[in-house]
Amino acid sequence: MWRKTLNATMLSLTGVCMLITVSVLFFILGYLVYNGGKDLSWNFFTRLPAPVGEVGGGMANAIVGSLKLLLLAALFGVPIGLLGGVYLAEFGGRTVPFLVRYTADLLNGVPSIVIGIFAYALVVMPMHHFSTLAGGVALGIMVIPTVLRNTESFLRDVPSSLREGSFALGANKWKMVATVVLPAASRGILTGVLLALARVAGETAPLLFTAFGNRYWSPGWMQPTSSLPVIIYTYATGPYEDWHRQAWAAGLVLLGLVLVTNILVRTFLSRGTSYERS
Amino acid sequence: MATTPNAATPADFTWNPRALLRRLRGADEIAHLITLIAAATLLLITVLLVYQLWVLSAEARTKFGWSFFVTRTWDPVAGQFGALPFIYGTLVTSAVALVLAVPLGVGGAIFLAELAPPRLSSSLTFVSDLLAAVPSVIYGLLGVFLLVPIMRTTIQPALKRSLGFLPLFQGPAYGIGFLTAGIVLAIMIVPFVLSVSREVLLAVARDQREAALALGATKWESTWKVVVPAARIGIFGSVFLALARALGETMAVTMVIGNNPRISASLFSPGYSIAAVLANEFSEASGNLYLSALVELGLVLFLLTFILNGLARLLIVVTTARGSGVLPT
Amino acid sequence: MNAAFPLMGNSGAAASATSSKSRVTAEGSTTAAPGAGTLRMKVTRINFYYGKNHALHNVSLDVATNRVTALIGPSGCGKSTLLRTLNRMHETLRHTRLEGEIALDGVDILTLDVTSLRRQVGMVFQKPNPFPKSIYENVAYGLRINGHKGRLDDAVEKSLRRAALWDEVKDKLHKSAYALSGGQQQRLCIARALAVDPEVLLLDEPCSALDPVNTAKIEELLFELKPSCTLVIVTHNMQQAARVSDSTAFLLNGELIEFSPTRQMFTTPSDPRTEAYITGRFG
Repeated sequence: MWRKTLNATMLSLTGVCMLITVSVLFFILGYLVYNGGKDLSWNFFTRLPAPVGEVGGGMANAIVGSLKLLLLAALFGVPIGLLGGVYLAEFGGRTVPFLVRYTADLLNGVPSIVIGIFAYALVVMPMHHFSTLAGGVALGIMVIPTVLRNTESFLRDVPSSLREGSFALGANKWKMVATVVLPAASRGILTGVLLALARVAGETAPLLFTAFGNRYWSPGWMQPTSSLPVIIYTYATGPYEDWHRQAWAAGLVLLGLVLVTNILVRTFLSRGTSYERS
Repeated sequence: MATTPNAATPADFTWNPRALLRRLRGADEIAHLITLIAAATLLLITVLLVYQLWVLSAEARTKFGWSFFVTRTWDPVAGQFGALPFIYGTLVTSAVALVLAVPLGVGGAIFLAELAPPRLSSSLTFVSDLLAAVPSVIYGLLGVFLLVPIMRTTIQPALKRSLGFLPLFQGPAYGIGFLTAGIVLAIMIVPFVLSVSREVLLAVARDQREAALALGATKWESTWKVVVPAARIGIFGSVFLALARALGETMAVTMVIGNNPRISASLFSPGYSIAAVLANEFSEASGNLYLSALVELGLVLFLLTFILNGLARLLIVVTTARGSGVLPT
Repeated sequence: MNAAFPLMGNSGAAASATSSKSRVTAEGSTTAAPGAGTLRMKVTRINFYYGKNHALHNVSLDVATNRVTALIGPSGCGKSTLLRTLNRMHETLRHTRLEGEIALDGVDILTLDVTSLRRQVGMVFQKPNPFPKSIYENVAYGLRINGHKGRLDDAVEKSLRRAALWDEVKDKLHKSAYALSGGQQQRLCIARALAVDPEVLLLDEPCSALDPVNTAKIEELLFELKPSCTLVIVTHNMQQAARVSDSTAFLLNGELIEFSPTRQMFTTPSDPRTEAYITGRFG
């Protein structure tokens, strides 16, 4: 009898744990929509920040800055991750792939602020100033391990019967990979890339001393630039009420983009693969 | 897989340039080389990272030696740098986070792995994965404007009234501080504990559960006395993983911890963490010693997360290998 | 079925007219294909190793032009292994070693560029393995990787007709290959292999994953292909071997026990082991 009560209690407790966890997400979302939604306006997306202390102004430069950083991150990180994943899945032997996988997992676990220090040493110090480039490098480094492991995983999943079919028709190794294996794995690889980019889009720490920040437009790639996550941090911890409101709005935009990307990509992926498994 | 009997292996590329050029006649070899270079770039980046951390921290390391880790003073003006407040703050906030997140995460994982029907389980896991994708600065935003006031006006006073005899819950209630940071961290790491624990629980072979149930155990007894112990090592792994994340978490922590290099027994006290001080002071560090001390903190953080992640992966791999029958239990 | 490929007579002229495709020898010159019944491929005392496992012992075999040669034997006897050496597919695996000589039209295939060899010697696998592409692109694949660009409608249609699949798919060429049934997918794989106009087509138990109706369709297809293509087929089904092939090779434990014209092997086998297998006493 007592065992039954204990059984029921403990099991319901686990359900409660789950409920708490899940409701947090909805709570965050709801609160952001509530607080941030009212300050979203056309101005928000198109104007530059107003002089400090003045009301009004927007985040156009932060949005553009984030886009530029994402572009750089993709340019640096995706080719290396993709080609590296191809190496692991198609060409590698025993030792080198083991090392590469281990290192990818290692790099993946490094706190993003330490990556920021590295990018600082690599780019900011020689240039003697902050730049979009430095921020892009930092984010690009963070993209590599995820894209690499993800690409390898989806390439390995492609059945060997497809590879054999390609060889038997006279393809050599790289043609087989390029014309059969990569297209077959392309859906999974793409979702990995998109998820990696969505993750770095929200990163703040590595930008704090690489791209730094900018109250104006940042022309080219060699100037410091504002970005959504950094401006949220700056405004939220600042003294002005107007800044706080803008931080909420920006938070809503950032979270919205990240969540929408995650939801779309994950549901898209779960629809299975383009090839049939045996 | 080689299509020609004498396709080059990576080892062949290393020492003979002329042989290398001779072998590069084939397109396959070029593709192999290009992809190898990409993979090697990753290795290069990581090596370079560690190297830079080591080199840039040299000045502080040689000047302070091991006393760096036990000195309490952090005074950039006087050139005195001690890591203790930051290490303390990092450990305390992470401990608070674990105390809150592990029961929640393991409990939820048990629910997902043992109780929930498969479709509910995967939708809830999906929600948990979304939580893991929320940027740190968003948690910080909510922390600053929502949690801090609640802590200051409601929770901290309540804790003081009920548990104020403990040094943990003494001192003025500002709303910011170790406890608040710990709570925010806990929310952030629950999804990691949850998803990894769920996987290792699912990996426990079904016949273990059935054996328990066939002996007349209740579902809870089967879960708590058989399944969870079998997955115990993997659950520890998930804890290490979550801890590694908590240690490196920067933005949410720095927004609510108070950014004050104090060491205090009270959880209500403002404090500092390694990641937080790096976030606040790195861009303004003047002088090589200052920068070097900060980089040394970064090196410490790197090593801590490296070791924890390595251990975590080992533990998780061992548990899933056991569950699938590869290793004996 | 198709007037372009009349059932072959035994005259060498007719055969070489239908199968006059040029093929490249090691020296790069082109000559007209040999007539039916002449030697297309010659396997001379090959030994094959999977790691330490000696899988084929001193096997020698002649493959005649525009004829069907069948390889039979119990599971594990090495017939698939032997088949795969003929287009050097064994090289896609690690730790394999081939000793001996295999010649295509007198040229040792180990001296040829392997991708060019595989264009001349095509392969169809046990389980249909169409690419995750459209029917059209599956058939066009071999041509594309050999440099043909743009629209390949004529070549695709020709191959699909040769594989007796055209009528069933001509309205849905751009649908995914996976929309086809198993038997259709296998015929698609045959069409895909035929698109590059191989001299020899290797078939590794092509019907074992198919039902009797589709099996019969493919056997009929083999008859129609014979005048224009040399066929080597591995089969675990002796009746199939008896039905479709001109010569049969019986393998046991990696050794070639007997190789003779099919009718002779199935009525008066010379080796007692062959007789035992054929009469079903083992295997």
